[in-house]
Amino acid sequence: MTQPLNRLQMAWRCAHDIPEGSVVNLGVGIPLAVLDQTPDDREIIFHSENGILGMKALDPGDPEDPELVNAGKRPVKMNPGGAFFHHADSFLMVRGGHLDYTVLGAYEVAENGDLANWRLPNSKTAPAVGGAMDLAYGAKQVYVICDHNSKDGSPKIVKKTELPLTGRECVSRVFTDIAVIDRTPDGMVVREMIDGMTFDELQDRTGATLRLANDWKPLEAPDLDS
Amino acid sequence: MINKIRESAEEAVADVKDGSIVLIGGFGMTGEPQELCDALARRKVRDLTIVTNNAGSGEAGIGRMLAEGCVAKLVCSYPRVPGSTVFEELYEAGKIDLEIVPQGTIAERVRAGAAGVPAFYTRTAWGTPLAEGKEVREFDGKEYLMERAIRGDVALVKGLKGDRWGNLVYTKSMRNFNPVMAMGAEMTIAQVKTVVELGELDPEVIVTPSIFVDRVVEVEPMNA
Repeated sequence: MTQPLNRLQMAWRCAHDIPEGSVVNLGVGIPLAVLDQTPDDREIIFHSENGILGMKALDPGDPEDPELVNAGKRPVKMNPGGAFFHHADSFLMVRGGHLDYTVLGAYEVAENGDLANWRLPNSKTAPAVGGAMDLAYGAKQVYVICDHNSKDGSPKIVKKTELPLTGRECVSRVFTDIAVIDRTPDGMVVREMIDGMTFDELQDRTGATLRLANDWKPLEAPDLDS
Repeated sequence: MINKIRESAEEAVADVKDGSIVLIGGFGMTGEPQELCDALARRKVRDLTIVTNNAGSGEAGIGRMLAEGCVAKLVCSYPRVPGSTVFEELYEAGKIDLEIVPQGTIAERVRAGAAGVPAFYTRTAWGTPLAEGKEVREFDGKEYLMERAIRGDVALVKGLKGDRWGNLVYTKSMRNFNPVMAMGAEMTIAQVKTVVELGELDPEVIVTPSIFVDRVVEVEPMNA
């Protein structure tokens, strides 16, 4: 069987589905890796919640500027055509439906598209939500990148989530280490799964009821060091 | 002659009162008006409610205000960042109130306060634990939450350049919350890297017009 995708490969696979000309916001964590995995020949405008359109990943050796950072507070640089603006305008873009895509992480995604990604129950640490709830309802398409299963093997794509929600019925597509799954009005549809895995095996590792697309493909990604 | 320039951060914050609602610009360390926060912390002001995106990092700026016991309540979206140790200790010890607000809702609540709008409806956080206790209203078949405006007594912001009228410009992503907070308080205090002559800032590129700013102080920031 093909190896499950590592985190960079998941980001690469997600980046592959974002078409030329899109305006895209990336959540902190693995989603920010999409910035580095976007094909060079594809013109995409990346939005950062802290007031940037047109950011770009640093290349090795680029100077780091503490006044030019992404949502994860890591240094980035600008593409020609980029712009800065303040937070109220930035979230006007998010909440007013101006973004084509957002890519977020997840603790769980439910069959109906409910997303839980900001808080675990009984956590003793302080809650922290950032811009996740704004993005969940604001972007036209909500893509999620997450492992298919938690470390203990429990599925992250579930029938119904009991975790504190980030947004209801908002997820449109999930990229995991073993599959690409669409949330459709007819339920969860598997578009891709890794070579050698059977649909039954995938279903066994998933809480939600899956359906295999007629035109499903093997999930593939180039070698990338995570 | 209008002159909003103050000689020092201490002078600029000298009359901030206990119990004030203080809006603070910045996103993490970027754009945080650290020297103004430090000056307030040195005064050991008490019972502040601070409205800001994060909870400070290290023991300067917002971190120092927390460490000095100035803050009774923090309204923010994301208190846990690398180095937010002071906040975490206070939170675990139950010594600080925390109101978690989605990031765009903080920005919009402050913007609404600045615009004289007492409340507004938003989809953000509908159906989540953060909707608890909030009025829900349906518009065009979708449900929205009512959010109240926030109006600050004081705003502390950081700019790149400012003039004696209080016009401000920023640089790159340090702009973030600063122009929003600057609009939202009874008294807005700006620290800038450079005070420039009136007329030097191109009116076409002024980001925060003078009307919003009450005091400007030039400080050499510790982290540029």
